[in-house]
Amino acid sequence: MPTATTHGARAHARSQHGATAEAMPTVPATAWPNPPCEAGHLVWAETVAGGNYTHRVLARGTELRLTDVQGDACAHLLLYADTRPWERLNTADTVKVQWNAYATEGTVLLSDQGRALATLTADTSGRHDTLCGTSTLARNTSRYGDGTPHSPTPAGRELLKLAAAKNGLDPRDLPPSVSFFQGVRVTGTGALEFTGSAGPGTSVTLRTEQDVTVLLANVPHPLDPREEYTSTPLEVLAWKAAPTTPADPLWTATPETHRAYLNTAEFLTAKGRA
Amino acid sequence: MNGTTVVAPRAAWSAVVREHETLTITDLHGNQAVDFLVYDAHDTAIRYSAPDTIQAQGTIFLTTGSVLLSNEHTPLMTVLRDDVGRHDTLGGACSKESNTLRYGHHTWSQHACVDNFLAEGAKYGLGKRDLVSNINWYMNVPVEADGTLGIVDGISAPGLSLTLRADRDVLVLVSNCPQINNPCNGFDPTAVEMTIEAAP
Repeated sequence: MPTATTHGARAHARSQHGATAEAMPTVPATAWPNPPCEAGHLVWAETVAGGNYTHRVLARGTELRLTDVQGDACAHLLLYADTRPWERLNTADTVKVQWNAYATEGTVLLSDQGRALATLTADTSGRHDTLCGTSTLARNTSRYGDGTPHSPTPAGRELLKLAAAKNGLDPRDLPPSVSFFQGVRVTGTGALEFTGSAGPGTSVTLRTEQDVTVLLANVPHPLDPREEYTSTPLEVLAWKAAPTTPADPLWTATPETHRAYLNTAEFLTAKGRA
Repeated sequence: MNGTTVVAPRAAWSAVVREHETLTITDLHGNQAVDFLVYDAHDTAIRYSAPDTIQAQGTIFLTTGSVLLSNEHTPLMTVLRDDVGRHDTLGGACSKESNTLRYGHHTWSQHACVDNFLAEGAKYGLGKRDLVSNINWYMNVPVEADGTLGIVDGISAPGLSLTLRADRDVLVLVSNCPQINNPCNGFDPTAVEMTIEAAP
C-alpha cells in the first residue's frame, strides 16, 4: 500500500483495524470469549506479553483474575487507593499483621493505613512471593545484558516506573511489590528458596475493597535461576462484583483482617461511599 | 559528623554519614528494636530496599557482611561487624494504623515508629511516599515452615552492637521503637547509642 501521501498513509494505518496479536487488550472487555462471570460484567480483558506491563483503575467490588497461561508468567503487582495514592500497598504490614509471609486465598493486601486494598479470594497456584520484590535495571543488566524497557529483557522496576508515570506517580511512589506465580519460601535458617511455577493454567483472584489503581509488570522473578530471560503471557480479566461484606466468612476469618475490613468500611462510610 | 549520641526511648534520630565513615549502633539495655531507613544523601529517591537486599543476599536475616541495597540495586551501607547475628528485614515499622489491626483500636493513642519517621524525615523534605519497608536492628522475626511469622523475644543483650560502613554519602533515619505491645523491645523501650566515626 503506497504511504508516500497523507491519504495513503491514513489508509495504511486504518487497514490495521481489527488486527489481532497474541498479547493485547480486548476492547470492549465484554467481547472476551468465555467470560468467567455474568455476560456483560467484564471491565478489563487483556493478555500481557512476557516482559511487558499494564495498569488500570478498578472500582471497589471488582474481581481481578490473573492467570499464568503458559506457566512462566510472574505478575508483579502494586496497588494504590485511587485518587489518594499516598495510601498504598504495604507488604511489611501485610505479612506482619496477618502473621504469615505467604500470600494465598484469604490473604488481605493491606494499605499502610490499616485498611484493605484487596482480598485474595481464590488461588490455584500457591506459588507467590511477598518478600523479594521485582527486578531492577542493574540486576537485569548484570544477568541478561540489559534491563531497559525496550530491550528483550526489561526489568520489572523499569516497567513499573512507566506504569506509575501514566498515573501521575514517580519512582518515589514505588514501594515493595508482591508477585504471583513464581514462589519463594524461607528455610529454617532464613535462606530464600525459589520454588518456581505451579505450571500452566493456574490463577489467583483478587477482590478490590477500595477503588484502586493497579500497576502490573509481567517479568521473570528476580530469583529465577534460569540463564534465559523466561517470561510468558499473563491473562488479566476483571469484572463487576461485590466487595467483602459482613455476610462473607472472610469478614471475621481473623481478628486482624476483621479490623482491617471494619476500618475500610468506616473510611468509606465517612466518604459517603458505603 | 563524628560523635556519639544517646537516643532516648521512643525518640527519633537522623544523620548524614559520609562515604567510608562508620555508624555503630549500641543496644545499651538489650532487646531494643531500632527501626532504620537509609537514603542516598544526594538523591533520596534512591533508598533502602528490603526486597533488593533480601534477594541479593539470599536470606531474610542481616548480619556481618550483609550489604544494604537500594531500590536501584546499588550498595548504600555494609554491615562490618555484628555482635548479635540476626536482624529483621520483614516486619517494617509500627504505625498507629497497623497497631489497630495487630492489637485493637485501644492502641491508637500510643506512640509509633511511622510518626517518628515522618517527623524526622520532614526535616529533609521527605514525606509519606518516602517511607518503605525498613530494617529493624535487634528485632527477631523468624519464619516457620508454613509461613507463620512474628516478632518474638529478642536475642540481643545489654551492650551488644553492630557497625555499618557507608558505601556512599547516606542519610540515616532512626526510630527508636516505642512499641509496647510486643517483645521487640521487651515491652519496655530503652535508649540506644549512635556513634559516627571516620573511616577505620
